Amino acid sequence: MSKFRKKGKVSQPAINTASLPDIVFMLLFFFMVTTVMRETSLKVENIKPEATEVSKLEKKSLVAYIYIGKPIAALQAQFGTAPRIQLNDVFAEIDEIPLFVDMERDDRSEAERNMITWSLKVDAKTKMGIVTDVKQALRKVNALKLNYSTRKTDKISNK
Amino acid sequence: MGKRDISEINAGSMADIAFLLLIFFLVTTTMDTDKGLIRRLPPPIDNVEPPDKVNQRNIFEILVNANDQLLVEGEYIQVTELRAKAKEFIRSSPSYPKGIDENNSGYLNMPAFKMTEIPILGNMYVSKQIISLQNDNGTSYEMYIKVQNELVAAYNELRNEFAQDKFGKSYVELVKQAGSSDLAKDKMKAVKKVFPQRISEAEPKRVGGDK
Repeated sequence: MSKFRKKGKVSQPAINTASLPDIVFMLLFFFMVTTVMRETSLKVENIKPEATEVSKLEKKSLVAYIYIGKPIAALQAQFGTAPRIQLNDVFAEIDEIPLFVDMERDDRSEAERNMITWSLKVDAKTKMGIVTDVKQALRKVNALKLNYSTRKTDKISNK
Repeated sequence: MGKRDISEINAGSMADIAFLLLIFFLVTTTMDTDKGLIRRLPPPIDNVEPPDKVNQRNIFEILVNANDQLLVEGEYIQVTELRAKAKEFIRSSPSYPKGIDENNSGYLNMPAFKMTEIPILGNMYVSKQIISLQNDNGTSYEMYIKVQNELVAAYNELRNEFAQDKFGKSYVELVKQAGSSDLAKDKMKAVKKVFPQRISEAEPKRVGGDK
């Protein structure tokens, strides 16, 4: 047998890859479990501003989202580039906010109605005018607990 | 022949399939935990009584114009300088909490104090500071968030320093422990009362451009 083997050239055995699928499956399950599919599809541009002093929102079921920004590129031909409000899946006007607030409140149980946080997801480039209008509309219907959605950063800059 | 073994199914491609799925989930996944600055709006106007007159020295005035420029207490500054300025104002006296009196006579352009009873800490002088923020309709949201962020940061830093000094723990640590310990919760509330967050937002001006 070893008579014919050349000395010094002992070939390395191939690395056993039998456990590779297991490892990949493990990763796969991890991502499958942690994945959250987006509930609403965004119709507005939404690059959030950065801030350092952010806090996490605790209860996801008690958060309602209001998106503000200019329509995404695909919709600009139809809706223009002026900033719009998006509630759930549709564009909305300021005067539809009270109705939206009522609907969100109806979805929650009696005890939780006053604990809803209104998360404003506003594009960084939006001007304050529309944001203030939304805030005033929310204030009128007693929706006072706001969250300005931001990204976390370590340091803010001047420009 | 005749008795043929059932050959094993080749599992070599399983890894490929799993990879494919893995990559799909990697791409679609959004680890999007919602984070942000939490604020409370004042209640609607018709059910609050008109506010008391506030002495000018107690107000820290911030104006933001449509070009995202800051005017703080009549002075044009950069947003990165805001935090230090706000901190100085909220503390009201550099030596706080020692060596001060009700009228803050050493610093007459800074807010006065009010003797307040605070749980755990007893009677303390609490600054009468109010931060007034006014922005223009043309101010960008990014700038607005920056200003808000710096103000919250100023309060947080002061609270941290104060808590560290009094309890040997920073305010952030107290907040973290508040869920599990009542003592930490009480301490947290006390610190909050010493430096209450008073940010008032004036109705915006419609000067430079709309929306």
